[in-house]
Amino acid sequence: MKLVEIKDLLKCEVLAGEEDLSVDVSQVVASDGMSEILAFAKSKELMITGLTNIQSIRTADIAGVSAVLYCRGKRPDKKVIEFAKQKRIPVLVTEMVMFDICGILYNKGLKGVS
Amino acid sequence: MAAELLRESFQIQGRNFDKAGEISSEIKVILKDLDIDAACLRRVVIVAFEAEMNVVMYADRGTLTLILTDQDICLDVKDEGPGIPDIDLAMKEGYSTASDEMREMGFGFGMGLPNMKKNSDDFCIESAVGKGTSVFARVRLDSHA
Ligand SMILES: Nc1ncnc2c1ncn2[C@@H]1O[C@H](COP(=O)(O)OP(=O)(O)OP(=O)(O)O)[C@@H](O)[C@H]1O
Ligand SMILES: [Mg+2]
Repeated sequence: MKLVEIKDLLKCEVLAGEEDLSVDVSQVVASDGMSEILAFAKSKELMITGLTNIQSIRTADIAGVSAVLYCRGKRPDKKVIEFAKQKRIPVLVTEMVMFDICGILYNKGLKGVS
Repeated sequence: MAAELLRESFQIQGRNFDKAGEISSEIKVILKDLDIDAACLRRVVIVAFEAEMNVVMYADRGTLTLILTDQDICLDVKDEGPGIPDIDLAMKEGYSTASDEMREMGFGFGMGLPNMKKNSDDFCIESAVGKGTSVFARVRLDSHA
């Protein structure tokens, strides 16, 4: 599924990487634990998290995920968004909670990594 | 004997969470520029990041040395800090002494050391209580685990 479809489906606002929304993702890694994301992500997933600090983007970069989606309308600082832009990682934010996001994406055929 | 192609050391500051992870990002860029195989690069940067975070979280200061040979990539991380009293326990998934503040930042799941071991072909950790900890990890260039 393309990021732009995910954006519409989850009514996201795009905070970084507007020009990269044609990227396709088929798997999702969702966690608030950075080591957990690093343990499961295989690269090119969509990362969903409720943590909006600079470490969330660092983890995304190290794990090699394709994009970061923040849930519950949580917005990172400007500094964090700038860092994501620098690393060319698209960042989206939705008002929806983690459970609903995962349910919707799962229904659309996206799968978790294990 | 493996021929050494590159050796570079980086200083890690304990408890500096703003900079935490910068060194691993830099290593990713260095290895990418060298056209290292993607799977191998991934494993190395995950090990580097977890090691760097542990020094930031638990130690006073540390040094991470990246060594590239024609056969493997090694990370040698030495810190000055409290050390680890029980290494077997620390290696268990889920064991963590992280503070609430660290947990709020998304750390302290007790997965760092197991992740490092899983992503290395050779992994060794030594520690002296009250002095510090040293971690050595080797990722072979030809392994695709
Ligand atoms: N360099 C170090 N110096 C002192 N203690 C350490 C060091 N590295 C790890 N430890 C100890 O080992 C425990 C387990 O480390 P590990 O990296 O597996 O998990 P964590 O850091 O607690 O959580 P996570 O890595 O999931 O964020 C730590 O909680 C800490 O008590
Ligand atoms: Mg750790």
